[in-house]
Amino acid sequence: MDASQITSFVASTHQVFTTMLSLTVTAGKPYTCCTVPKFENEVSGIIGMSGDMQGMVVLSFPTATAKNVIRAFTGMDMDPTSPDFADAVGELVNMISGAAKAKFEGKNVSISCPSVVIGKGHKVQQPSDAVCITIPFECAGGPFSVEVAIKHAKVAEKVAAKAA
Amino acid sequence: MKVMLVDDSKTMRTIQRNILMQLGYKEIEEACDGQDALSKLAAFGPELLLVDWNMPNMDGITFVKTYRAQGGKSPVVMVTTEAEKTRVIEAIKAGVNNYVVKPFTPDSLSQRIAETLSRTKAA
Repeated sequence: MDASQITSFVASTHQVFTTMLSLTVTAGKPYTCCTVPKFENEVSGIIGMSGDMQGMVVLSFPTATAKNVIRAFTGMDMDPTSPDFADAVGELVNMISGAAKAKFEGKNVSISCPSVVIGKGHKVQQPSDAVCITIPFECAGGPFSVEVAIKHAKVAEKVAAKAA
Repeated sequence: MKVMLVDDSKTMRTIQRNILMQLGYKEIEEACDGQDALSKLAAFGPELLLVDWNMPNMDGITFVKTYRAQGGKSPVVMVTTEAEKTRVIEAIKAGVNNYVVKPFTPDSLSQRIAETLSRTKAA
């Protein structure tokens, strides 16, 4: 993963929050996922990437931020345990991942349908053979993060061949 | 005018429904994937379809190809996160009339719908 790919996720997060939620976001300094996170994950939307780039994108919030963000997105107060809340979180990570992958020039990348995990203090295990970077963000709704763990398909093939 | 929204995200269908209602469209049917949309086509008879690309069971491209193969003539606007030029070309080849990339503003979606309908009317 290179710096331009991290920049793509910063830009796509900014684009989605500004366009669909009318919220301005500020990105902090990215750090590796082994560093102690700045807040406890309570709501996470997850997307898989395949093709020329493989890996995972995780959009994580504390519950209070998630509720504020989803209110800004849907115009409604939602119970975090409702299926509609999970659907909205999934759609956010879908748009962030889709807009970021469009900036990977010359790469053919597909994204999966999103999954959503809700629960206090959960951890999403990223692929062990990919560098995982966390991009912290702040918006009027509170702090949140985008974790990115992707690798080029050639690297993935080499790792698989070595393991075989 | 009868409009069908095909998207696996209820949030996205609600956002699009609200925009359509503001534009004065009242007859709106929703489907959660391509298969669901195919099963509702005959009864509803949409005059415009807004279709997502990535959906479980049957994706948007397969749905549009099937719809065209069955003789469906109504205009289709693809509303998707797939923004690469190759994807847009693939969608047009499948029978899509216009393309909106998510995230979108209400204005950009409204503009694409108006553009699509006026082109279809002129043809």
